[in-house]
Amino acid sequence: MVGPERSSLPAPAPLLSIRNLCKRFGDRMVLKDVSFEIGAGEAVVLIGPSGSGKTTVLRCLNQLETPTSGTITLAGDVIGGNLAPDGTRWKPFGEADIAGQRRRFGFVFQRFNLFPHLSALQNVALGPRLTLGLPKATAEARAAAHLERVRLADHRDKRPGQLSGGQQQRVAIARALAMEPELILFDEPTSALDPELVHEVLDVMRALARDGMTMIVVTHEMSFARQVAHRVVFMADGAIVEQGAPDALFTAPQHETTRRFLAHVRNR
Amino acid sequence: MSIDWAVVAMAIPLLAQGALTSLRIAALAGLLGLAGGVALGLIALGGFTPARLAVRAYVDFIRGTPLLIQIFIVFFGLPMLGWRPGEYLSGVIALSLNSAGYIAEIVRGAVGSIERGQTEAAQSIGLTRGKILLHVLLPQAIRPMTPALTNDLITLVKNTSLLSVISVYELTRSGQAIIASHFAPLEIFALLALYYYLIISVLAYISRLIERKLPAW
Repeated sequence: MVGPERSSLPAPAPLLSIRNLCKRFGDRMVLKDVSFEIGAGEAVVLIGPSGSGKTTVLRCLNQLETPTSGTITLAGDVIGGNLAPDGTRWKPFGEADIAGQRRRFGFVFQRFNLFPHLSALQNVALGPRLTLGLPKATAEARAAAHLERVRLADHRDKRPGQLSGGQQQRVAIARALAMEPELILFDEPTSALDPELVHEVLDVMRALARDGMTMIVVTHEMSFARQVAHRVVFMADGAIVEQGAPDALFTAPQHETTRRFLAHVRNR
Repeated sequence: MSIDWAVVAMAIPLLAQGALTSLRIAALAGLLGLAGGVALGLIALGGFTPARLAVRAYVDFIRGTPLLIQIFIVFFGLPMLGWRPGEYLSGVIALSLNSAGYIAEIVRGAVGSIERGQTEAAQSIGLTRGKILLHVLLPQAIRPMTPALTNDLITLVKNTSLLSVISVYELTRSGQAIIASHFAPLEIFALLALYYYLIISVLAYISRLIERKLPAW
């Protein structure tokens, strides 16, 4: 059943565990008790109607949003804070600790969010230079290697404004990779792209998955989910409705909501 | 009524001296004000809350009181603190403090208006607040800030004339001295106006050149 592009699922050592994650904006609950685990090397695709909370899950993982409640652990480390020694009070981390945890996650944004005043190379080298403290030459050598990996070596000196959307998103992927994160979060990475540029970004992501990069991908690209994901998680209305291997979930969904959503995206 | 051309001819080179003094003061106060204003603006954006509130209060004071009064406060206040820098330096300090307040607002506004995604992207690669401001937001704010900063510089040049009240021999004070000895107020004030107008026209021209040279992303 494993597709040709999919590596075999590695032994389940949960790298990331999310338990009872809740997030409230004002009086609206956008995440309701979301729980799931991800093993090292696993590629998980989050699908669901817009507004179902997929993006918020990713943003909570990277602490761009503060969860209302719930626990996230990455390789055993609790994200965002600590229980005080008496075990009753939650102590949120300070800025430096949060920054240290954030860089363990790569984050690829829907709208790329490249730094427009820097060249592609500098965009990728900035993190290694400023947060890993690498000397400029080392950071740039690393950046060049990652640009090569996303097949943009020839464009290293161009500013984002001189690159196509697909190229910009690949630079953004290289920027995330250069921090050597433990996993990468993709937030609708192809939604802002012209249709003819989507495949070049998906190709890069596919190669990453094949190389064993752990990733969580929020996307509406169902064919990508089918080919690349080890597991597909379907969310609706702030909660996980069902999850499973892509073949099972796409061909035999268990819930009516899932069936309706899949029928809808297939008809597009 | 007739124009006393002899006074005019005599005044032109004398006033040129004063104009140079005005320009020196403006350049000095402009640089100090820019440094101070960027620092204050960054504190207002990313500092600890007490520091942020202090900057807020400072900016409110600078914007809420006349520059003339600020000049007097510095001129009479510094000696009370045991430092007598003289009228020239007092004037430079007063103008620097004033323009730092305005520039802090410009920096805060321009940096604050940069898209939120830039900060998030910088956070996602592990940058902390100070580094985000310095390496990501401030460089992008330079171009949108430039027109406002140029305006500020022009205002600063005109404001140097207020230093005449504490006897700094800049352009206006030089003119007043000539008026006192030769009594030709209209000729001299017209000449002063012309001097300021020319200086500011040149500055405006240069700043337009700079704006055009700045990269657009």
